[in-house]
Amino acid sequence: MCLAIPGKVLTVDRTAEPAMGDVSFGGVSKKICLEWLPDVQVGDYVIVHVGFAISKLDEQEALETLKLFEEISGALDELGEEGNDAEIPRTKKDHPRDEERGTTGGA
Amino acid sequence: MTEDADLAGGFACPLPLTDHKTVLLAHGGGGRLTQQLIQSMFLTQFDNELLAPLHDGAVVTLGGARIAFTTDSYVISPVFFPGGDIGTLAVNGTVNDLAMCGARPLYLSCAFIIEEGLPMEDLWQIVLSMKKAASEAGVMLVTGDTKVVDKGKGDRIFITTSGIGLVPPGVQLDPRNARAGDKIIVNGPIAVHGIAIMSVREGLGFETRIGSDTAPLHELAATILRSGDNVHVLRDPTRGGLASALNEIAGSSHVGIMLSESAIPLTDEVRGACEILGLDPLYVANEGKVLAFVPPSSAGEVLRAMRAHPLGKQAAIIGEVVADHPGVVVMKTGIGGMRVVDMLSGEQLPRIC
Amino acid sequence: MRFIDEYRDREAAERFAGLIKGITTRPWTIMEICGGQTHTIVKYGIESFLPSGVSLVHGPGCPVCVTPLEIIDQAIAIASLPGVIFTSFGDMLRVPGSAKDLLTVKAEGGNVRMVYSPLDAVTIARENPGRKVVFFGVGFETTAPANAMAVWQAKKLGLDNFFLLCSHVLVPPAIDTLLSSPVNRVQGFLAAGHVCTVMGFEEYIPLAERYRVPIVVTGFEPVDLLQGIYMTIRQLEEDRAVVENQYARSVRREGNIPARKLLRDVFAVCDRKWRGIGVIAKSGYELREEYAAYDAGKAFDVAHITAAESPLCIAGEILRGLKKPHDCSAFGRGCNPEHPLGAPMVSSEGSCAAYYHYGRLLTTPAEATS
Repeated sequence: MCLAIPGKVLTVDRTAEPAMGDVSFGGVSKKICLEWLPDVQVGDYVIVHVGFAISKLDEQEALETLKLFEEISGALDELGEEGNDAEIPRTKKDHPRDEERGTTGGA
Repeated sequence: MTEDADLAGGFACPLPLTDHKTVLLAHGGGGRLTQQLIQSMFLTQFDNELLAPLHDGAVVTLGGARIAFTTDSYVISPVFFPGGDIGTLAVNGTVNDLAMCGARPLYLSCAFIIEEGLPMEDLWQIVLSMKKAASEAGVMLVTGDTKVVDKGKGDRIFITTSGIGLVPPGVQLDPRNARAGDKIIVNGPIAVHGIAIMSVREGLGFETRIGSDTAPLHELAATILRSGDNVHVLRDPTRGGLASALNEIAGSSHVGIMLSESAIPLTDEVRGACEILGLDPLYVANEGKVLAFVPPSSAGEVLRAMRAHPLGKQAAIIGEVVADHPGVVVMKTGIGGMRVVDMLSGEQLPRIC
Repeated sequence: MRFIDEYRDREAAERFAGLIKGITTRPWTIMEICGGQTHTIVKYGIESFLPSGVSLVHGPGCPVCVTPLEIIDQAIAIASLPGVIFTSFGDMLRVPGSAKDLLTVKAEGGNVRMVYSPLDAVTIARENPGRKVVFFGVGFETTAPANAMAVWQAKKLGLDNFFLLCSHVLVPPAIDTLLSSPVNRVQGFLAAGHVCTVMGFEEYIPLAERYRVPIVVTGFEPVDLLQGIYMTIRQLEEDRAVVENQYARSVRREGNIPARKLLRDVFAVCDRKWRGIGVIAKSGYELREEYAAYDAGKAFDVAHITAAESPLCIAGEILRGLKKPHDCSAFGRGCNPEHPLGAPMVSSEGSCAAYYHYGRLLTTPAEATS
């Protein structure tokens, strides 16, 4: 259910029904349906599953995640061997905005 | 079980036990099912010393000369694809099988089975491609056959080529010769041909053209044999991909193989195509590729010589033969874990999961 | 390739492995419900990066594996009819029904075609007005909108020869069923990143609360999996149970709104039978009344087809994470990818097939069940 990979949008045709575009995956391009991403532009990266783009890749989030690897590795280096008791930096995902507590969620 | 009283000797062999009542497409895929078909249906009836290595060709001795002899059928669809056509494959493929035996390819035969209704222009294109390929490979077409079958009974055209070549003295290439410590070298990026074909197949089209890597490998093979001291195995991985060829050799030689994923050459486009379709490039077909199993002392020299040849510019050592886990191919993945590179089961199909 | 290679980075993987070891003080059992994640975990040997107390179990996340046997038999019956062009994703072609699979139907002369996208099936219907074109609509919520679009397109184009054989399943009801079982051992979940890309993650909040289980929406590359596992273990060690989003580069809380709207327009939620588990209430999609003309289950006389499972296959226990493939007496013996006895051996994402291809020769049964 999950084979979806990132590709770069090369063209967007909103006159087509449904909206289509050329998306490149490492240099090989395919016609992909862009109907569900009304704001996507040429140059954006999208996640594609069975010929449909299902989300636009948030570069900011992607960079945050990658920066996180470095922050964490930095902290790990400082700790040396005593990982268990020391203060491990919390990830950005602990920010209340990103964490959904049961009481605030709806059914 | 059939009983045919007309058979010489008056007794008929029962059909070997198989899981399938009819032959499936997967039996032609180059993987486990193909192996099973060959072992149970063909080898049981034709077992002999010359066939036993199950190499790309057989080497027979005639009047003191060692002659390599091979045959191959080409049934590819579509008949025309980026980078070549069925005719190009028919010549290069057989030239390469001879080269894998260490032979200098000399003479080819060619049998055509043509479906009624094939446009004459298409046949002409195919013949011209064959002529071009034969001339590049320095081989002569010396005999042939032509049949035409009813419309609907043959997928446009099937071509079978057989070939003979001369094996120089001292060259002993055999899939049973791989030894622990051998380095495994490939001459360039893999999975190109299979993706080129898929890119024009109905329903899986890409806008970008990836051309087949079909090419005659006999000169590269000769370069490898000249520069290496005692090369053990040469094999061109075709259907079933790199994985199938490596598994076959590991099995024949009773050795293990350890690959390094990050060392295997792959172009960005082929990688992108494999990612979209969910295909593992290790199982995708190749054409102009050769695997060389070389003793560690000469690996460096062979690599240098290959890289100096036009068909080997991106040659790389992708792994080595080990004494552990005989018959099994293992790969160290890009992130450092280990996984088994198993024999293909049936056809590798694009997936959504 | 951008946005892929960074998440297959060896150093990042090793750092997360170190981090996980650093915070883990007790054994934990974590489940993922996604064939794609199972595939990555086994293919990259993710478990070898984890401390021995952390156990990864694979849930019913392979839509191929959970498609009931009778639906496969129905597909085969339809594909065998003259005048039918049967189209499907590659995954389903090799799944054995009671007697044969779709590839065998093709071998016997049936018009069975593989497509990459459901829209390709609609194109085939347009180009073959004299034939009935049936598309095998399998999948979780990631694929459902694409299949919905195919039906919606067919209606818009006024096609009378396009049909959908629908076998869609939904993840949250499956998690509910697993967690409410008295034999459940799962303590944390990795939610499927692409299912959540479409649906968002709101539906998981009440599950985390009701069962006090951390749920982390996770991507598919090895580093994503390790980060998702790290976030899950951290919650478990800190006795928290909330929904977190590791795959924030693709997943938003509300998911993809136009895709979700299309799903509501074309499909209605219904009860569905999951192979190896049984009927789970409100766990599937069926076509709405206004699209009934496109329903292959109604257009073809197949509703009467029933099927019986192999008694040797323990798929049910495997799909619920109660057993691992090595625990099955038939694994690698009577049951292998060439001759599968049940669903998890058929699809390359099924647990049994994944272990068979990537891991069987590296893992001993003792290690596998630890």
